[in-house]
Amino acid sequence: MNDLLTAAIVVIGVPAVLVGYIVGAELILTRLVPERRQGRVRPWLWIAPALAFLTVFLIYPTINTLILSFQDRASRSFVGLANYEYFFTSSGTLEALRNSLFWVVFMTLGVVGLGLLIAILVDRVRYESIAKSVIFVPLAISFVAAGVIWSFMYLYRTPGTPQVGTLNAALDVINLGPVNWTQEPQPFNNLSLIFIGIWMWTGFAMVILSAGLKGISAELLEASRVDGANEWQVFRNIILPLLMPTIFVVGTTIVITALKSFDIVFTVTNGNHGTDVIARRMWAEMFTNGHFGRASAVAIVLLLTIIPFMALNIKRFREQEAVR
Amino acid sequence: MSISARRGFTARDGTEKEEAMQSRMSNWRQVGALAVLGVLVAAACTTGTDQGAAADKEVSVIATWGGAEQESFLAMVKPWEDRTGNTVKYTGTRGLGTVLTTGVASGILPDLAGLPGPGEMREFARGGSLKALDEVLDIAAYKADTAPAFVELGTVDGKVHGVFIKSALKGLIWYNTGVFTAEAPTTWEAVMGTDPGTADSLWCIGLESGADSGWPGTDWVEDFVLRVSGPDVYDNWVAGTQKWSTPEIKAAFEEYGKVMAVTFGGPSTINSTKFDDGGNPLFTDPPGCLFHHQASFITEFFQKQGGATAEQYDFFPMPDINPAYAGAFTGSGDLFGLFSDKPAAQDLLKYLVTPEAQQIWVDRGGAISGNLKVTTYPDEVLQRSAQTLAEAKIFRFDGGDLMPNQMKAAFFTAMVDYAATPGDLDSILAELDTVQESAYAQ
Amino acid sequence: MTAPTGPLGDQPAAVVTAGGRPLAGATTARRRRFGSHWLIHIVVLSLMVLWIVPTLGLLINSFRPAAEVSASPWPSALFPPWDFTLANYERVLTRDNLGDAFINSLFITIPATIIPIVVAAFAAYAFAWMNFPYKNVLFVVVVGLLVIPLQSTLIPVLRLFAATGIAGEFLAVWLAHTGYGLPFAIYLLRNYMGGLPKEVFESASIDGAGPATAFFRLALPMSVPVLASLAIFQFLFVWNDLLVSLIYIGGARSENLPLTVVVASLVSSLGGETHFLTAAAFVTMILPLIVFFSLQRYFVRGITGGAVKG
Repeated sequence: MNDLLTAAIVVIGVPAVLVGYIVGAELILTRLVPERRQGRVRPWLWIAPALAFLTVFLIYPTINTLILSFQDRASRSFVGLANYEYFFTSSGTLEALRNSLFWVVFMTLGVVGLGLLIAILVDRVRYESIAKSVIFVPLAISFVAAGVIWSFMYLYRTPGTPQVGTLNAALDVINLGPVNWTQEPQPFNNLSLIFIGIWMWTGFAMVILSAGLKGISAELLEASRVDGANEWQVFRNIILPLLMPTIFVVGTTIVITALKSFDIVFTVTNGNHGTDVIARRMWAEMFTNGHFGRASAVAIVLLLTIIPFMALNIKRFREQEAVR
Repeated sequence: MSISARRGFTARDGTEKEEAMQSRMSNWRQVGALAVLGVLVAAACTTGTDQGAAADKEVSVIATWGGAEQESFLAMVKPWEDRTGNTVKYTGTRGLGTVLTTGVASGILPDLAGLPGPGEMREFARGGSLKALDEVLDIAAYKADTAPAFVELGTVDGKVHGVFIKSALKGLIWYNTGVFTAEAPTTWEAVMGTDPGTADSLWCIGLESGADSGWPGTDWVEDFVLRVSGPDVYDNWVAGTQKWSTPEIKAAFEEYGKVMAVTFGGPSTINSTKFDDGGNPLFTDPPGCLFHHQASFITEFFQKQGGATAEQYDFFPMPDINPAYAGAFTGSGDLFGLFSDKPAAQDLLKYLVTPEAQQIWVDRGGAISGNLKVTTYPDEVLQRSAQTLAEAKIFRFDGGDLMPNQMKAAFFTAMVDYAATPGDLDSILAELDTVQESAYAQ
Repeated sequence: MTAPTGPLGDQPAAVVTAGGRPLAGATTARRRRFGSHWLIHIVVLSLMVLWIVPTLGLLINSFRPAAEVSASPWPSALFPPWDFTLANYERVLTRDNLGDAFINSLFITIPATIIPIVVAAFAAYAFAWMNFPYKNVLFVVVVGLLVIPLQSTLIPVLRLFAATGIAGEFLAVWLAHTGYGLPFAIYLLRNYMGGLPKEVFESASIDGAGPATAFFRLALPMSVPVLASLAIFQFLFVWNDLLVSLIYIGGARSENLPLTVVVASLVSSLGGETHFLTAAAFVTMILPLIVFFSLQRYFVRGITGGAVKG
């Protein structure tokens, strides 16, 4: 009972407190601070709560990680760049880097491309809600269940014995031999795993892109259709430019998700058969090998790999603001 | 109408100023109400449930046991709970390693926990978070009642730090009683020379096990090392002082390679069959294989997933290979340790090693006890396994579990690689040597 | 002028221009709606089938006994002889503590969904509509935090929780999920809010509205679709999370553990008994799907459709 009360108070109270904080801050600001200074102080008040959370839960651990990456296994002494050296000269690293690149390219293209396609097409059919729900369902499934689902899909039995896996059973029906989807042939088995990622995340892109799509004025689209533009032109000249910022956000998020993705690889192949990825190696260093220094170095490398994408983002924002 | 008007916001001077003033007043009221709520929130958050006395009667336990094992453990502790009035709060998770790693680093630990292996036990004990049990258990009685090998394995620097809740015997060769009706072979040559008859191949192997894929292969190699080269080589190898590329270890891998050559389905099947389905081809019609090498706990999977009944399967122990090392067996067990000084937790641990407690799990099946006083087993298969374990002349704990985590993980992966590319043995062993160099450095 | 539409945005009503005459495109719109090109239907339906097949397989398998699941592919179960069973569901639903775990999941998820959205909304509005030095750099840093692997934050944060004594409490998990969820929430919200029409805010400030009023009366209502999306995702991620709850609650107060941990323990330590997971997956999926359905109606066309744009 006490828990229920606490939860209720928190659910109502915390937003209320935050709202009160903003309103109160504004009041104090307008009363105490001279008009021309208000604009300088105000933004910091608004982002302060967010910054506080981010500092405690993300920034502070990252600084900690950075320091650890220069230390030894149990964080007792400094070893300079030894951990980074180890990472880059380790035999499995090259393959992991290559595979992570596969993930970034194929998963992003797949998710954003399919998500956009579905968001646009589904906008035009009557059963839109149902269609969106079907595409969304994989996202609602926990990783544990997704692992089980796809193990049923990809299951491989010796040729000649009854095939239990869905894909191989289908191949059986049309008299083709079974394929060991997750293990051979390398490196294409990576695609089998990446496809699981696409299957799960397309719903995510679809939901966001769909929300963005709805924000495009209907009569704008109608007017151009009336003017004689065909669908492709409507898409290219109206929808795409207006949706571009959202596509960018979704794209960046998926790129980062693909880089961080380790659950799928971990559960299905554990990185064997040429499927290893950077994030899984980080996990292995931290929890299997217990070497905090090396694990932290890998985490920092991950951070560094997204710098190009962040630079792109900055460029975008500057462009956006200039137009505004 | 201006857009802002459509949003319900009037845009004329007088009324606007009035509105603004009114909204400022109501703002103050809002702020006041919110402040009160804020205080309530703070109050609610700081008063938690009354921890004090209640916490002493609760013992938190974390281990990897899930499913049926979890129920067995809970059944095991029930009599203790009834007797003492304490409660056991059990959490089963396969992320035990993660929980303990983060727990040891941050100080948030359960009272009792399963330990992933003797290697971790040593690390935690030397680090100070795992408690010594000399004051908690009646050590003399414990040593008298428990198989010496298990006492030894739970000892760090002369003090007992871990106890085995249950154990298993490895290196058993299973067969379908309806298919293999001859006498159990007594030499390894005889085993390998057996004619498969109606079966497709001599052996079936299943290595797939998610993040632990490859472990059944490590059991094979360990059995060969022990039986061919003896306990001393085994111990040195496990301790990291004997390299993987030495002739003895390489010979064990090569022997296993000969086994893989006559295994059902070949490399693809070996690597993609889950370990719990590994024995299923024994029971198909026609059978896929004649023999399956696995530990004593596989019987549950024969029944649930292979569709076999208890009369349909039986085992004979893997024969000796080198007569100098006759009667050698490998086994494994679930190690358990104490992380807190809570009296209730200490009492629970004391209870768990008693024959009465051990008998409870044993009766439910799937487990062998290291306690010498436990002698009744629910079926013949388990009975014979327990007897073999107790009477083993040379007994060694599963090698992989004794190695540092990094080495064990590399060992598992090596078995997967070896199955996929049997011709690459030398490079696989060289890689293992590289890992050995850094894995044992502490 | 916007074309007023119904809640699901697919029922064009009578459309009038300022001059009162029906817009020529109205009937076209209606015709287009119902007479969509058959190609669209084919593509959409095929994608739907492709997407649903894996999940359907899981659903069918969850009603089959374990031995069957290992012996034959799920489509064969649809033909006689039929051998279905409720045993898997029974096992999951009668599991000790399932009810408690479900309540725990709710306790954890609801606040952990609401708080980050509120915090992020304020920050996103500031990033979108206020000017301050290093704004873009700071924002990019916030977004960059998305890449931080969760695992590398576990130990420092757990130490912090231990020091402040809240490890094991729901509060710990609420705060943690807020922190972890903020980067994406701020990113998404800022993008959307930044795309809102400048004119609206300009007229509002001309009319004397302060930033707080503009936020509550304009920005928030106009951002309902993206707030709804965010709510769906955050709810989902927290509901399906296992690691954060396991680490921050697990060691100290196991009675607070959510559904995901209890469900994962259905599987024995060796990995057997995965057939129970099939039933468990559906049991845990129900609530997020309900949330998704109920928030669908906020994905409406027309909330910002009327604003002057482009």
